[in-house]
Amino acid sequence: MRDDAIVEAARGIVERLGALEGALLPILHAVQDEFGYLPPACVPVIAKGLNLSRAEVQGVISFYPLFRAKPPGRRVVAICRAEACQAMGGAALEAHAKSALGIGFGETSADGEVTLEPVYCLGNCACPPSVTVDGVLHARVDAQRFDELIGR
Amino acid sequence: MSVEAFVPADFTACALGADEVAAAVAVAPGVEVRRTGSRGLYWLEPLVEVATDAGRIGFGPLDAASASALFGDGPPDAGHPRCLGLVEELPWLKAQSRLTMARVGVIEPLSVAQYKAHGGFQGLDRARALTSAAIVETVTEAGLRGRGGAAFPTGIKWRTVLEAEGDPKYIVCNADEGDSGTFADRMIMESDPFSLIEGMLIAGLAVGADCGYIYCRAEYPLAIDTLAAAIRLAEGAGYLNDFRLELRKGAGAYICGEETSLLESLEGKRGVIRYRPPLPAIKGLFGQPTVVNNVISLASVPAILARGSDHYRSFGVGRSTGTLTVQLAGNVRRGGLFEVPFGKPLRWVVEDLGGGTASGRPIKAVQAGGPLGAYIPPRHFDTALDYESFQAIDAMIGHGGLVVFDEAADLGALARYAFEFCAEESCGKCTPCRIGAVRGVEVVDRIRRGEAAADNRVLLRDLCRTMIDGSLCGLGGMAPLPVLSVMAHFADEL
Repeated sequence: MRDDAIVEAARGIVERLGALEGALLPILHAVQDEFGYLPPACVPVIAKGLNLSRAEVQGVISFYPLFRAKPPGRRVVAICRAEACQAMGGAALEAHAKSALGIGFGETSADGEVTLEPVYCLGNCACPPSVTVDGVLHARVDAQRFDELIGR
Repeated sequence: MSVEAFVPADFTACALGADEVAAAVAVAPGVEVRRTGSRGLYWLEPLVEVATDAGRIGFGPLDAASASALFGDGPPDAGHPRCLGLVEELPWLKAQSRLTMARVGVIEPLSVAQYKAHGGFQGLDRARALTSAAIVETVTEAGLRGRGGAAFPTGIKWRTVLEAEGDPKYIVCNADEGDSGTFADRMIMESDPFSLIEGMLIAGLAVGADCGYIYCRAEYPLAIDTLAAAIRLAEGAGYLNDFRLELRKGAGAYICGEETSLLESLEGKRGVIRYRPPLPAIKGLFGQPTVVNNVISLASVPAILARGSDHYRSFGVGRSTGTLTVQLAGNVRRGGLFEVPFGKPLRWVVEDLGGGTASGRPIKAVQAGGPLGAYIPPRHFDTALDYESFQAIDAMIGHGGLVVFDEAADLGALARYAFEFCAEESCGKCTPCRIGAVRGVEVVDRIRRGEAAADNRVLLRDLCRTMIDGSLCGLGGMAPLPVLSVMAHFADEL
């Protein structure tokens, strides 16, 4: 997407949400919902709209794990690393996922198909291990089920 | 006339196929499907309940195929071999004292009419007839303590905000339920969202606040959608005429469950914690007096107002009054939510209600209170589930999550993970947490490799002490607790 289109969309979002108290996170969520990530071109627009420095906006983006500075793969797969999932083989699932996809956490497969991310608890702790694919939760995921989910 | 069939639409139930089951049941003749929340008996999910004259009877766990077969000729009756019987007579529900979770899994979450028919808004009606001070007094007398984990008396917090000078004042709901093994907040938000809204309205009346925020973690998309819809419905029904309520979404930072970090995040900043004092009750959101309460704390308030502080106090023991929403998780045969009075033995919950491990192997440890909580060995399982008894064994109840591990668990690796998690989630403001967690991983690794293990154990204890004494908030201050519990109870593993 061209930068001027990003700037225009971001400006619209800032106009719509800028009057909220503490508007920065709602604006960043809205921009990310629009583009799938937070394009660098949106930062100056948001900063100007909220009377912040670009560094302040950038600092907020980099603080929160769910804000992306780069576009993700076509599908985002998140594996829970937390204790309840570890109690049911989460670490083995994590190792299997990395080897099956050939990537580590925070990376996207070379064909741009899958981004693999860690997540720290999905609230599905009674039926672990937990995995989400594009935000859809799956329970009691073992290696075989994981392969089915990613279609390999 | 068609028969009502209740199918959960809860996050976990849907991950187990509840939507497909609902679709299969919906095409059966003579059946009307209603989507409720979950009872929290997750090993039975997807659990379908069918209305009968005697009460709701249950069938589960089902998948689409078994649901189609079961409902193929119309709704099954209590004589069907797969029938579990009356759901509320199931031993795991019958053993509970559902005060806060009374409607969870029973009603359709977004029906104001059903909420009211099951006692909803009675607490608010009662509160409206009381002065602010009298509401605060009721909550204080009930002995309610913060269910997020810190267990601070809610009434005292409210009194501080009531007496603080400032306009506006805010009610902030901490719905950033990041502890592993916990899902009670999620269940309230998905299955009975109006109880949280009612609790916030009562809190507003109690302290003189007319504005509130719910800060929900982004990992709970269904809770967010349900709450957003519930707020619109409450507005439409006139409940929010004098109170502005907004829902805000986190962005994956565990530290934002710490109340000052949460306030920073709500203000649109990095979730870096604040020095205390001043307390948020005096200078909180945007520098104004602010109540910050956990979801379960707030959702417990309507029942306290409706039924009185004496009723609430009649549950529990000592200074741990009322009920605890225990969440059984991890390697457990019957995982789910159990609301029980404080004071029940840990063993009863884990072994009787939970049925031991899912794997069938002996239990090695239970981690209580999330990633910053101690690993408890079986020899302490007779400990009563109350704040003081847990403190006496250097453990904490926290938000009520119990994660069960079987013999295959590597406690040394889990101790390492505690530091790794702390390093990952530290906000970076104070050195003991920011640097200490990283050093902790390194020292544990050296011990596990057998490098000067005795010296490194001394160093590890010293590091833990420094983090506990020197960290500004509970993350760095409590991350050493699981580590020390492993050193104390599983010494051959670390």
